[in-house]
Amino acid sequence: MADPTTTAALLAGAAGTTGTATPVIDLAGARKTYRTGSVEFEALRGVDLRIEPGEYVAIVGPSGSGKSTLMNVLGCLDVLTAGSYRLAGEDVEELDEVELAQVRNRRVGFVFQQFHLLPSLSAVRNVELPLTYRDTSAAERRARAVTALERVGLGDKLDNRPGELSGGQQQRVAVARALVGEPDLLLADEPTGNLDSTSTRDVLGLLDELHAQGRTVVLITHEQEVAARARRTVRVRDGLVVSDEVGA
Amino acid sequence: MSWAQTLRTGLANVRAHTMRSALTVLGILIGIAAVILTVGLGLGTQRDVSAQISALGSDLLIVTPGSSTSSGGVRGGFGSATTLTRTDAEALASPVNAPDVAAVAAEKTLSAQLDANDTNWTTAVTGTTASWLDVRGRELEVGRFLTEDDDTARAAVMVLGPETATELFGTTRVVGQSVVVSGTSFQVVGVLAAAGSSADSNLDDVAVVPLSTAAEQLVGGTQRDAVSTIYLQAASTGQLSAAYQEADQLLLHLHGVRSADDADFTISSQDALVSTATAVYRTLTVLLTGIAGISLLVGGIGVMNIMLVSVTERTREIGLRKALGAPPWAIRRQFLVEAGVLGLVGGLLGAALGVVGAQVLPGLLDTSIVVSGLAVGGSVGVALAIGLVFGVYPATRAARLAPIDALRAE
Repeated sequence: MADPTTTAALLAGAAGTTGTATPVIDLAGARKTYRTGSVEFEALRGVDLRIEPGEYVAIVGPSGSGKSTLMNVLGCLDVLTAGSYRLAGEDVEELDEVELAQVRNRRVGFVFQQFHLLPSLSAVRNVELPLTYRDTSAAERRARAVTALERVGLGDKLDNRPGELSGGQQQRVAVARALVGEPDLLLADEPTGNLDSTSTRDVLGLLDELHAQGRTVVLITHEQEVAARARRTVRVRDGLVVSDEVGA
Repeated sequence: MSWAQTLRTGLANVRAHTMRSALTVLGILIGIAAVILTVGLGLGTQRDVSAQISALGSDLLIVTPGSSTSSGGVRGGFGSATTLTRTDAEALASPVNAPDVAAVAAEKTLSAQLDANDTNWTTAVTGTTASWLDVRGRELEVGRFLTEDDDTARAAVMVLGPETATELFGTTRVVGQSVVVSGTSFQVVGVLAAAGSSADSNLDDVAVVPLSTAAEQLVGGTQRDAVSTIYLQAASTGQLSAAYQEADQLLLHLHGVRSADDADFTISSQDALVSTATAVYRTLTVLLTGIAGISLLVGGIGVMNIMLVSVTERTREIGLRKALGAPPWAIRRQFLVEAGVLGLVGGLLGAALGVVGAQVLPGLLDTSIVVSGLAVGGSVGVALAIGLVFGVYPATRAARLAPIDALRAE
């Protein structure tokens, strides 16, 4: 069911060949200006960023640095004021609201700090959500959601509601939900911000595994120890990339 | 997201807030039940009145002396003239003159005191012929009605209304008793079955005597041949207007009147009465339905209110769904379906309440309520429409939420 470019990207990422394949993220001269009445605020002031398939990148920066805006832009939740953004080769600046929704659905898997699970739905139903906005049959949806939950180690919690799960388990359900649609990009926004140290290790371990399997993971955080897990760290300050280092 | 799935999610959300949904549904429910009952009450009353009036005969024409459209200067008031005679009635009875008239009954009505033993009672004494019973659609409780022979012989016989008999004798078993009117002793030969009241008279308080007897014994003088009303029964309801034309032409001719404007008689039909009454009740029904409709509108505003609350409460859910790839139309559809579910459930329960009410209320209120399938189906449809219409604004608001703002909402 995965579309061919996705599979190609994953294979390329897994093989560790960067540069020849289409970058997952190709941001050039990205500017984002917010206007509140007559006051203008430039959250992004010309950001260039390329992330190749299979990379594990942490975007770090203090609050107000523009990293949340960057995350919204990367996740197609917001559009640039100027500059260009190609997500897995697709120019998203040209897209309307409905097309952007489709891009988010197919190309991006979100993991949020507050988990954002629907409390009235069971774990498996929560994981099914992204697929409900595609033409996927109910049986296939269910099967893929079960597989994704098993992948994050929650095969025995399919019918539990979020309220019946620990914080770490809830975030793992959220990761399963992010994976179920086979996205090009796994975008995690402070995924451990609401978790204790055990659950933090748990979830970060899961992200490591996913990276090891060839997924492209972009992590947004302000915690050094979380950022340290990533291969590459992009530091953002005052709307600009101030450093971009590939670690050991 | 498929329709079935949207509906399932909608139902789950409605169920998730049982109390709130129940109260919203109640608003619609009351409105729908009220509409069904008022429409039913209106239709029921209309039907009853029509039935009462047609019981008098929908194929009946009533000829009265005087003109209601008098254009002349000095003329007797409507009903006070004595221009109709027994000769007119006999001419109208001829199948040659008026082939579409099946039966004719002339009435000569006067108010008189009836004496029986030591009781007396003043009532309308009606002089008429044998055909009266059929033409007026009456039945006998006991005894016999007047015959042709009674009229020919100017027999002193009398048929009493059930109320008159009871007033005079305390019972309706009065065949063979004597009643004295203006010094003439009449023998009671029958008693009419009860028929209730018409618009202007009590049909059960009456004393019927042969027309000839009334003319000679009770009236006499120059007024003896005059009759107060001639009832014409058309051969069928469809021949009513033909019968009207024939009677009109014949009477104009007999009375030597050239222009219909100068007619010294008036012909009216029950039809006119039925349509007047129907119009009155239709107006009343429309008015009541309007009031019930307002309560339905209030119910609809309730739906909108609840949906707006729901949108506010579920801002984060909307944000999440949008982030996961829900296009605006899917969000709009989700909220519309939920509003529609509230409306539809309210409509179905309201219709059920209305139908039950229509079975129970007539027993308590002594009225009839006609529940038409159209009213029930229509109001369920209206309830659904109200849910959808009042859901549009909240749903559109939900669909327009920016995903990032919605996700950040507390």
